[in-house]
Amino acid sequence: MLYRRNPQLNKNGELVHLLSIEGLPASILRQVLDTAENFVSVNDREVKKVPLLRGRSVFNLFFENSTRTRTTFEIAAKRLSADVINLDIARSSASKGESLLDTIANLSAMAADIFVVRHSESGAPYLIAKHVAPHVHVINAGDGRHSHPTQGLLDMFTIRHYKKDFSNLTVAIVGDVLHSRVARSDIHGLTTLGAAEVRVVGPKTLVPADLAQMGVRVCHNLEEGIRDCDVVIALRLQNERMSGALLPSAQEYFTSYGLTRERLQWAKPDAIVMHPGPINRGVEIDSDVVDGAQSVILPQVTFGIAVRMAVMSLVAGNDASE
Amino acid sequence: MSAIDSDALRAQSAVDAVRDMPTLYQALLLGVGALCRSDTHLVGIATGGAWLAERLQSDLKLSGEPGVLSSAMHRDDFAQRGLAAREPTRLDFDVNGAHIIVIDDVLYTGRTIRAVINELYDFGRPASVALAVLVDRNGRELPIQADVAAVRIELPVSKSVALRQDVAGELSVVIKDRR
Repeated sequence: MLYRRNPQLNKNGELVHLLSIEGLPASILRQVLDTAENFVSVNDREVKKVPLLRGRSVFNLFFENSTRTRTTFEIAAKRLSADVINLDIARSSASKGESLLDTIANLSAMAADIFVVRHSESGAPYLIAKHVAPHVHVINAGDGRHSHPTQGLLDMFTIRHYKKDFSNLTVAIVGDVLHSRVARSDIHGLTTLGAAEVRVVGPKTLVPADLAQMGVRVCHNLEEGIRDCDVVIALRLQNERMSGALLPSAQEYFTSYGLTRERLQWAKPDAIVMHPGPINRGVEIDSDVVDGAQSVILPQVTFGIAVRMAVMSLVAGNDASE
Repeated sequence: MSAIDSDALRAQSAVDAVRDMPTLYQALLLGVGALCRSDTHLVGIATGGAWLAERLQSDLKLSGEPGVLSSAMHRDDFAQRGLAAREPTRLDFDVNGAHIIVIDDVLYTGRTIRAVINELYDFGRPASVALAVLVDRNGRELPIQADVAAVRIELPVSKSVALRQDVAGELSVVIKDRR
């Protein structure tokens, strides 16, 4: 029988790359969350720096535009004392026809230790992980529609921070789930950590019925979807990913699925509202809710730094050849 | 006497020396009490030192909670062992100008103390730092010494010594073979 080890883990079952939440055991997810707990307090110190990655080089390879995610990875790496190089791939060798693997080989020759990769093609980080040396680590910052594992982990951290125990939680993910790698990572995280019920909510064009295969309940009615839930995760309506008329208009979406203060009352009174950002006020979520007491959208950003510090320090301390 | 016999003898006398936990704790309490000023802060190293610091804080009738120091962020073996994150550092006082007594269960190579002092310095410049430990064993790899030690023992390299807390909260010192 041919057993393929998860490429993210070494022979000792330790995390050496973070490519997707899917396939990682709950123990590894909890290890990341517990480690991130330590880093939250580092971000509150006057001296926001620890020497764990001193002398290591973190290369941000963003083939797809993103200032926010790239910035939080940069902050996280610098707080670990790593050297950070931001590669503006669009304006560089890739546009001159260099292949992805050649780019990686060249950067590896400059002694990169960690690659943080965002790519529009699903699977690109896996390809890179297969071709780097054992001491080099790859962190997926989002690949196509497939996976955004650090966002998934910071969402899990946020939920655990406010709700403690996953086993009695109902979580609703509302919006453009079809095109959302964040939603996929959230779903894998929630099901692995044992959430009682995960619902995906949205119009049939954006929330296809076959998502039920992931172990979620598919709802096309917002009230049914968020009734009595503990956590509402609102997703951005992604104009740039939609090709073809999947929705009549953003206004039409807001009418049926926009999260307003009135509609939020369908959820539990102590339900928390999350959003991976950036927010389109008045499209998927109302300003009232964004700025309201139940929103934990800004804490998500703070926790995101601690979680990325945790991921980088964990992979950097584990050798792929073991 | 062969080398193996003298190792076994040393190990046995160490086991005898750490058997009586109440006596060890009393010695630590007396030593720390003698070092304390009116404005001293106790800080225990997670996790064994923190257990001791809690008891000392209470028995010395100091107000508030003792601080907790984690060596995780400044350890020198991160590349070999990776990150073992346990209880994070928690200091609810200003380190700048503070007189601090660091409490730990076992002083061995001295590397944990070096890491913990670096951690302390991330929070400010203390006026003074003293070290009080329950067990001071041979094997120093850095020029670091305790100001107070309840007991000094000699152990062969093959043995390890650690503080344990059972489910009832009772502390005991355990010597066993190193894995």
